[in-house]
Amino acid sequence: MKLTGAQIFFECLKAEGVEVVFGLPGGAVIDLYDEMPKHDIRHILVRHEQGATHMADGYARATGKVGVCLVTSGPGATNTVTGIATAYCDSIPIVVFTGQVPTPLIGNDAFQEADIVGITRPCTKHNYLVKDVRDLARVIREAFFLARSGRPGPVLVDLPKDVIISKADFNYPKKLEMKGYKPTTEAHMGQIKRAYKAIAKAKRPVIYAGGGVILSSGAKELKQLGEKLMCPVTTTLMGLGGFPAPHELWLGMLGMHGTFRANMAVANSDVLIAIGARFDDRVTGKLDEFAPSAKIIHIDIDPTSISKNVKVDIPIVGDCKDALKKLLQLVKESPIDDLEKVRKPWLDQIKKWKETYPLAYEQRDDLIKPQYVVEKLYELSEGKGIISTEVGQNQMWAAQYYHFSKPRTLLTSGGLGTMGYGLPAAIGAQAAFPDRLVIDVAGDGSIQMCIQELITAVENNLPVKVAILNNQYLGMVRQWQQLFYEQQYCATCLKMAPDFVKLAEAYGAVGLRATKPSEVEQVIKEAFATPKPVVMDFVVNPEECVYPMVPAGAATTEMILV
Amino acid sequence: MKHTLGVLVENQPGVLSRVAGLFSGRGFNIESLTVAETLDPQISHITLVTTGDEMIMEQIVKQLNKLVNVIKVIDFREVKFVDREMVLIKVKAEANTRSEALRIVDIFRGKVVDVSPNFFTIEVTGDEGKIQAILDLLNQQGIVEVVRTGKVAIARSRKNSTKK
Repeated sequence: MKLTGAQIFFECLKAEGVEVVFGLPGGAVIDLYDEMPKHDIRHILVRHEQGATHMADGYARATGKVGVCLVTSGPGATNTVTGIATAYCDSIPIVVFTGQVPTPLIGNDAFQEADIVGITRPCTKHNYLVKDVRDLARVIREAFFLARSGRPGPVLVDLPKDVIISKADFNYPKKLEMKGYKPTTEAHMGQIKRAYKAIAKAKRPVIYAGGGVILSSGAKELKQLGEKLMCPVTTTLMGLGGFPAPHELWLGMLGMHGTFRANMAVANSDVLIAIGARFDDRVTGKLDEFAPSAKIIHIDIDPTSISKNVKVDIPIVGDCKDALKKLLQLVKESPIDDLEKVRKPWLDQIKKWKETYPLAYEQRDDLIKPQYVVEKLYELSEGKGIISTEVGQNQMWAAQYYHFSKPRTLLTSGGLGTMGYGLPAAIGAQAAFPDRLVIDVAGDGSIQMCIQELITAVENNLPVKVAILNNQYLGMVRQWQQLFYEQQYCATCLKMAPDFVKLAEAYGAVGLRATKPSEVEQVIKEAFATPKPVVMDFVVNPEECVYPMVPAGAATTEMILV
Repeated sequence: MKHTLGVLVENQPGVLSRVAGLFSGRGFNIESLTVAETLDPQISHITLVTTGDEMIMEQIVKQLNKLVNVIKVIDFREVKFVDREMVLIKVKAEANTRSEALRIVDIFRGKVVDVSPNFFTIEVTGDEGKIQAILDLLNQQGIVEVVRTGKVAIARSRKNSTKK
């Protein structure tokens, strides 16, 4: 029996185990929407396609499954670009289906036509234009496989209207033949042995882990390795939650807004074990002075990440979890002699660094400190929340003061730095976990970039909590202007702002406000107890800065501490 | 330093754009690029000449390999190879210079493929050194236009191989 493209589409989603699709209909995909009610699939109607991609992304980060969006051609498709690029930078598996004008019209500048495959070529892991309905099932199968395997990433599938309505036999391919795609997942044992030899000799080792540990579900193994080697661990922003924060070996995050001890430890290390991280400029600072005396071991599934920015001494291509397991095996077989004695001076030194400059801020009675809000969120959620963030100061304070202890609990746009990401990402995570506490730590600037999705949360009974750290500025840019541009606050003041409480109410959500430190706890408690979406407007100290800070391009040891 | 790479890709629409986009997007150079089908019509061969230091070349090779449509990258830094380029040269050929032009063409085993009262169009094939040499010589006669194919390259077969 022949099926239409639309029927094939939903059969494929079923075969891939897709539970939820985030989307917005339009002319080019109307036949898919017409078919949708006949299938057991949950659709969450967004208000802007960017929201759909971030929701799929948040869903994917929180669950480890592939997130799916469905949008129409032209503007529907171009609106997904920021979300796709966000997922690409952070290696998040999503599949984006876009409508397209009928194949005979492609290239004719038809109504709502955009060359979305051309536009997204550099920001997808791969993308497809399906020109024949007989290719549809295979392409969808490949798209999901590509999105989740190897180094994960977004895949876009462009579906012309005539392909959706024409018919073909449906066979979901069991085996895939992709000549040019064979990711290395098994870490090479010879390289692992070389790495362990270096680690066993190290006096001052540091583990520097990134998002790869979370993507490969290797957090348990990372903790074991840290403990077995008595090796201090730092992570990137993307790696937070990959190692339990309340742990004696925990150094905190490293890099531009990393802790003093993390940056000092890396700078003074003799062996640096990078696991699923990519030596981003926000982590390394000035490259010449990054871990200058360290032998660098780098485990990554993507060979292009290795020796891209920093010359690596021992490269290991493979899945982080697999490599970690193999390293653990070696530790077990030939443990390091007198480990405690060997490690003591190094751990003592790190303790000293921690005591000299711990993460801290000055509490005040009259003004709410944004760090205090995040600390209270941590305390009152007992560290069990799924936290999404927007981008800027709010993101860094969330990273510094919410002590993540489990993987997949921080959803943040690390690589692209997309303002507007947090709210839709929180909605995506809440759609996957209706009973968990999902909090978007937002700024008053970022939240306005995808605020329209508040209605999506209300409509779908997704009780996300938005905590706006409202400083009436584009705070991070203002901070740079304060520190490096002679306090000329050009175009960063956001005093002209909506009343966020009333705005929340207009959307049918609950709005709460705190203007004094004494009100913070009460507002958070009330929000957590409310089974609806809540916007908390925390009016915070306008000129608070994120510290420590390494100026862009400086060595990471040159931190501005207060 | 110039390097030559061979890239086997799936013969599909948009693949060249993926390869070219990779170079432009990451700030790598393309000195020349030629592409055509192989014996297997589903596979195309790209010969690409680029420049870069060790670290950049490593990145280029890895990034090319990462493209889903790229089947194989042949790094000619690691194997012996033969490369050739064809050039069409339109050169001034007036009464007093015609015979000199012909002599040069003859020395370089080129061919005159088109003649007009004032111009010869010459076809010549060779490696980079030879092409440069004939261009230098003909330039004295006055070159009007040059069109080059870009380099194609193929690995040399192993001399000590016992296989037939």
